[in-house]
Amino acid sequence: MPRITVTVDGVKYEEDVEPRLLLVHLLRERLGRTGTPVGCDTSNCGACTIMLDGKSAKSCSVLAVQADGCDILTIEGLSEGGRMHPMQRAFHEEHALQCGYCTPGMVMAAIDLLREDPDPSEETIRHGLEGNLCRCTGYCNIVRAVRRGAQEMGQAVNTP
Amino acid sequence: MTIQEIGRPRKRKEDAKLLTGRTQWTDNLARPGLLHVMFLRSPMAHARITRVDVSGARDLPGVVAAFSGQDLAAEQGSLPCAWPVTEDIVIPDHPPMAVSEVRYVGEAVACVIATDRYRAADALEAIDIEYEQLPAVLDMNEALAPDSPKVHESGNQAYSVKINSGDIEAAFRDAPVVVDRTYIQQRLIPSAMEPRAVLADTDGESFTLWSSTQIPHVLRVMLAVVTGIPEHRLRVIAPDVGGGFGSKLQVTAEEVLCLLLTRRLGRPVKWTESRSEGNLTVHHGRDQIQHVRLAADADGRIRGLRVSLLADMGAYLMLLTPGVPTLGGPMFNAIYKMDAYEFACTGVFTTKMPTDAYRGAGRPEATFGIERTIDELAAELGMDPVELRKRNWIRHEEFPYTTVSGLTYDSGNYEAATERAMSLFGYDKLRAEQVDRRDRGDPVQLGIGVSTYTEMCGLAPSRWLGEANFGAGGWEHASVRMLPTGKVEVITGSSPHGQGHVTSWSQIAADALGVPFDDITVLHGDTAVAHKGMDTYGSRSLVIGGMAVLKACDKVKEKARKLAAHALECSPDDLEFEAGAFKVRGTDSQKTIQELAFAAFTAHDLPEGMEPRLDSDVTFDPENYSFPHGTHLCAMEVDTETGMVKIRSYVAVDDIGKVINPLIVEGQLHGGIAQGIAQALYEEAVYDADGNLLTTTMADYLLPSAADLPSFVLDRTESPATSNPLGVKGVGEAGTIASTPAVVNAIVDALRPLGVRDVQMPCSPERVWRALQAARQGTREGAGR
Repeated sequence: MPRITVTVDGVKYEEDVEPRLLLVHLLRERLGRTGTPVGCDTSNCGACTIMLDGKSAKSCSVLAVQADGCDILTIEGLSEGGRMHPMQRAFHEEHALQCGYCTPGMVMAAIDLLREDPDPSEETIRHGLEGNLCRCTGYCNIVRAVRRGAQEMGQAVNTP
Repeated sequence: MTIQEIGRPRKRKEDAKLLTGRTQWTDNLARPGLLHVMFLRSPMAHARITRVDVSGARDLPGVVAAFSGQDLAAEQGSLPCAWPVTEDIVIPDHPPMAVSEVRYVGEAVACVIATDRYRAADALEAIDIEYEQLPAVLDMNEALAPDSPKVHESGNQAYSVKINSGDIEAAFRDAPVVVDRTYIQQRLIPSAMEPRAVLADTDGESFTLWSSTQIPHVLRVMLAVVTGIPEHRLRVIAPDVGGGFGSKLQVTAEEVLCLLLTRRLGRPVKWTESRSEGNLTVHHGRDQIQHVRLAADADGRIRGLRVSLLADMGAYLMLLTPGVPTLGGPMFNAIYKMDAYEFACTGVFTTKMPTDAYRGAGRPEATFGIERTIDELAAELGMDPVELRKRNWIRHEEFPYTTVSGLTYDSGNYEAATERAMSLFGYDKLRAEQVDRRDRGDPVQLGIGVSTYTEMCGLAPSRWLGEANFGAGGWEHASVRMLPTGKVEVITGSSPHGQGHVTSWSQIAADALGVPFDDITVLHGDTAVAHKGMDTYGSRSLVIGGMAVLKACDKVKEKARKLAAHALECSPDDLEFEAGAFKVRGTDSQKTIQELAFAAFTAHDLPEGMEPRLDSDVTFDPENYSFPHGTHLCAMEVDTETGMVKIRSYVAVDDIGKVINPLIVEGQLHGGIAQGIAQALYEEAVYDADGNLLTTTMADYLLPSAADLPSFVLDRTESPATSNPLGVKGVGEAGTIASTPAVVNAIVDALRPLGVRDVQMPCSPERVWRALQAARQGTREGAGR
């Protein structure tokens, strides 16, 4: 079995994995990082979205062996010092979650979206989140939350 | 003076754990020695199982056991149907795992229990199974023909019901206008984002089942009956549940089987479905053929309505399968006055996944049928569809009003909601633009769709359910416990899965007890904690469960009043309760309810006969349904060259009575409207001619993404419900019920001058384009049936 080294939310792991093991199953079932859920088996829903070396990736579509040597950030590692990331706070403020199952992936995808466009329009947000499905919110408040998160993250960057 | 919590847009208490991944989805849970279950599922729509051999699977590494339906036949029982709508209904035996015959693609035929899910999946491949194919039964009309192959020995009709009110023959005799339409309510897949998961464990005597369910309490009773495990030795827990929309209002084969497997093996077992497995085997929704006839006078006054439904049950009757279409029975007449009404419904067996409750359950179908037909009648009469509705709806001064189908609507103001919606929408301006585009022959036409819905919510008064032959009551339970430090535990029998009960119930309790919002916790979803309950469905949680919380708080307050009178040495009648404190009228002397909680705990000085506790345990059973209503308007741009449709604006003005938390209400409406639009434009469960489901993945079954939906403009009017002291009506299903007809009406409205009279849902560009082509060629082919 191949041995891989991954860093997940700041902790380094060495694991022997079957070549077919999905990254999301490594996270959930081997490393106990159950904050990242699985919503489908065709990479359509995006619930399992994480950051792989700083870019969003659907962890159900990545083999654990492909993540060898990578730095992984999940929803569980997003808060710093007990304080939620501005995007997490924005989702709370704008009531952008109901059942919350899509939320980890949605938040990660939203943060990634801002990497390319720090001040996205409604249309950019809607198209940017096309790969993340939500069944509860009708997306209205998610769009508002991403706008709000963008503003707050922009301010955070600009404030020394 | 404390701030009133009811009506405040409180941010949700639920959010923090969901936003940081500290969740308890069933699939997140593990037990020492956990085994994983996987099911082998039928690839045939209808077949006899001629041979099963699971020994090849048993021999593989990591496999602990493998069973066929035959192996479990003696103990697996039959999945329950709790709603036999008629005396002579046919309820076929429904083994959780097929033993000798399969009747839909996806039905479980064998299972493997292994040390991890990868090994279990491998082992499924080693099961040897042979089938003898039998004819599939897919079309409801064909299924009812005398020479049709049979799904069950008893035939393909499950039941037939008819409701009559007034003289329907007279209403249609010599009617100047009769509109006669047939609509297809396509089959839908509810698609909660969290796939189902079940974990079962035993200590050898008692059993615990964790399930992603809406109904832990109902499930416990039903599982006890099906498996023979005594009810008092079975605990059911619904941990965090990621959406339901009716799909988790079920007693599933997998729940029964996991319980049986843990009983057999003496070890914990877990099953988590894949999405494709879920699309095949989570009960589907809708699937009706609706024949609707509306008779009217020349001035548009409705004389009578005749509705005849064929409802696809699928292969078996599950928990509420037969009842769902009959919920439309008292709803097709909607907000309109008429002389006579007739409703007939036949439940039909086919070799497909069973149908059951899906957001709205029977009421969206009814609302679609009537609201589409009202628009058709308006077109027939050359009248504005809003004007036609005004001529027929119940006027606000006529409430309470008993409808032709026998329901008494307690309150409402259709005029107010409609006026507000039209103003926000810019109705007249859009109508003018529509005329202009028509005159110009613009390739992009504009349509305006109207939907003035009502629904019966708050399911339901127990006595009504008894009359409908429903297998349970409609009450809800709540307990309120004041803890020694003055904090409050609210225990609810309602079982949330995204609705925000914890926040809303805290608001109700905060106002009733005068304690801070943050001093309240709400417990739910575990039958060992919330020992009684009827769970969450049918927009019932707030209307019934929220009321139970209020009643439980009032009861605690009355106990506290006696204790306060004792402590303050006065009569209980001399006390007034304000901002969480009992005050002796006209003095400064007072005790807060939180102080009294400590006094009750120490019990050093209690009034004669008082027990040392400030808590209560109540149920609430409503006297009537509640009737939210509203006016939804959709402006749709339709490209007549490509068939592409685009929602230009969507306005919804809803009257859901008093609002506890406007933020949560808005969220429910957003999501509900989106789901209704999804039925109108995107979603359909498609079976091929052999009965194979083609839409088994999210790549095939089109759930709308953010890019497929617009923002919605929302507002509310408020006619408080008179049937409960909170004045609330329920909001969980309203958006879904209202929006589907608004969207389809808008598309048809855009294309009516081009000869299109209907477009079958989902109104894909291809369907719209075909409807246009057919209209141009003077045929109705492609326009839907």
